[in-house]
Amino acid sequence: SSADMAAVRGRALLAPLGARLRPQPRAPLRSAASAPPLYDVVVSGGGMVGSAMAAALGHDIHFHDKKIALLEAGPRKEYDHMPDSYSNRVSSISPGSATLLSSFGAWDHVCSLRLKPFRRMQVWDACSEALIIFEKDDLDDMGYIVENDVIMSALTKQLDAVADRVEVFYGSRAVGYTWPLPSHSCDTSPWVQIELADGRRLQTKLLIGADGHNSVVRKEAEIKNIEHQYDQSAVVATLHLSEATDNNVAWQRFLPTGPIALLPLSDTASSLVWSTSHQHASELLSMDEESFVDSINSAFWSNINHSDFIDSAGAMFRSALSLLKPSGTAVRQLPPSVAKVDPDSRAMFPLGMGHATEYVQHRVALIGDAAHRVHPLAGQGVNLGFGDIACLAHHLSAAAFNGSDLGSLKHLLKFETERQRHNVSLIAATDVLKRLYSTSLAPLVLLRTWGLQVTNALPPVKVRI
Amino acid sequence: SLFRLTVARPFSTSHSSVDSKEMKKFQLLAHKWWDEEGEYSALHSMNDIRVPFIRDTLLSMSSNYHLGNPLSGVKILDVGCGGGLLSEPLGRLGASVTGIDPLEDNIRTADQHKSFDPVLASRIQYKSSSLEEIVEDSMETFDVIVASEVVEHVADLETFIRCCSQVLKPEGSLFITTINKTQLSYILGIVVAEKIMGIVPEGTHEWEKFVPPEELEHLLESNGFSVKTVNGMLYNPLSGSWSWMESTSLNYAVHAVKLGAQGQSGTTDAPSEMDIQQCSATAGTAG
Repeated sequence: SSADMAAVRGRALLAPLGARLRPQPRAPLRSAASAPPLYDVVVSGGGMVGSAMAAALGHDIHFHDKKIALLEAGPRKEYDHMPDSYSNRVSSISPGSATLLSSFGAWDHVCSLRLKPFRRMQVWDACSEALIIFEKDDLDDMGYIVENDVIMSALTKQLDAVADRVEVFYGSRAVGYTWPLPSHSCDTSPWVQIELADGRRLQTKLLIGADGHNSVVRKEAEIKNIEHQYDQSAVVATLHLSEATDNNVAWQRFLPTGPIALLPLSDTASSLVWSTSHQHASELLSMDEESFVDSINSAFWSNINHSDFIDSAGAMFRSALSLLKPSGTAVRQLPPSVAKVDPDSRAMFPLGMGHATEYVQHRVALIGDAAHRVHPLAGQGVNLGFGDIACLAHHLSAAAFNGSDLGSLKHLLKFETERQRHNVSLIAATDVLKRLYSTSLAPLVLLRTWGLQVTNALPPVKVRI
Repeated sequence: SLFRLTVARPFSTSHSSVDSKEMKKFQLLAHKWWDEEGEYSALHSMNDIRVPFIRDTLLSMSSNYHLGNPLSGVKILDVGCGGGLLSEPLGRLGASVTGIDPLEDNIRTADQHKSFDPVLASRIQYKSSSLEEIVEDSMETFDVIVASEVVEHVADLETFIRCCSQVLKPEGSLFITTINKTQLSYILGIVVAEKIMGIVPEGTHEWEKFVPPEELEHLLESNGFSVKTVNGMLYNPLSGSWSWMESTSLNYAVHAVKLGAQGQSGTTDAPSEMDIQQCSATAGTAG
């Protein structure tokens, strides 16, 4: 039987067990003969990752004659005029992500709006002197701090440029999905049926779920998600520095309550991402601006968490290390001090981790936070999503050039294997780091202190990170 | 039901290229074509090399390129199209495809499968027919003929090739994929593939009818074709994927070009007028 054959392959190709076929559509005004419009690809979710996915496909030469739809629940935002003040939601964009964005012309727009390249990352422990510095040997940028609004503006522009291929549905939330049975056995439509909140229906050969960590696509496809709520929230704010500086370093200090990061926006401004307990986060949000600024400076400068024991143990290890590798440790820089915070720029959001056990099914693929959610401490979140896009777009482009059915598991599985291989280790490592640094217990501090120092001294390990 | 018997049109004249015994074998599997992991999985994955082979060969011979539709404007005849496994990707690449197969159930499956995609439905036409039956109305009609995994099933290969020549435009391309007749192909192609591993449904192939590339080349060249490429193909049952290889001792693919009116690269004999008339006359009386 066909089910046995599928089992032999070792992977369930059938639509999820118990795939629900919804009752007959409530479409009294439509004749049975007129089928809903058929798209080659529908991307559900118009955030940074969903929009970039639609734009990447829209600009692909092998998709020149294809029909793509992007579903976004929110309204269309106009970005022609960037406000003078910085937005409090920023992302650290890796060079790889910048390459993806420039492959369909979006990076030029970002550069013409505003962004801040940084050359160096300094990461250190509040409980010891241990620190690790990342920088490139050549004078290349390590990464870029870009406001999310700037990225969205660039993406919207590039979507407009291919409006003949990519149709964006604003104010459109998908409320139901109907999955096809394996196409060899049915007389019913082989496509994914999508029902929107306003009653409109679409059909598609491939549905890409880019609808965030509470993905409806993932839930409706009954893909199991391993998730964990951290007992932490992130506090974001836009800060002004005490004095103008080159500000091309990203700072992160691991406090026992969680990491605090300062990401450069300009020579005088930086963005704050402070992961801490829910309670502390609420306190930070409600305190007056002066106290808030004091808390930040104290978090970066205070040695209150040091203990003599750790300090001496750390120092001993450092001297031992420098005997073996004299040039090992780099120069420690001092982080800038903060003078004031932009009013109304303080906000908080809860943190968690998540990973979907499958990224793909017949005619379905998950990208971005719908597939994986990480703690911001690694500054990787959106870069993983952009990495997903680069990989999926590559496989879909090849499939289109081969005349393949775009929803076929054959190439979707290749995407899943490549990305899971890449993502799982990073997500696991981020989770381990988060837990390792959430304590001031001496043995663990010593462990991570030495670990950090060794990592700092060993170029190959640093490059890998 | 799967075992519904259709009265197949009798194709018993000795000049026909259709073998009725062969047709019966495929009848039973007419509904299994589109299960990518089923009996025809090896044919599905063969698309990964035969479609790029056809596409790139044609692209290299033409100067036009339509973005997103590399085969736009190309008229292709898919002989022995089965359930349409090869017709559909060619249609998606922009070609106008006519798919013919003597088995009605295959055509029914193919028609049904393409019907849900309006683009494919308009680009592909299926017809239950043998090659000879369409010759009279399709003289020099097609830019390309693909006969993939077909020639090892036909009754009379020379007739088949002659008919291909007739429906092909001058300088048109003929693509064939088939299986060599060697000890290795018996062991791997029949014993292992059919009886042991079940890669191919048992009884599908008869080793006696496998075609060595030398024989195929000779038949092509003596019927107005110039053979341009012969490539060996290899199936890896563990990964379920195909790749190209030097040796043609198992599966292989051929690209041949029908000589133009002047007949370039003079190594072949152009078909004589009498041969052509005889073939049409035969086609008219077949079935």
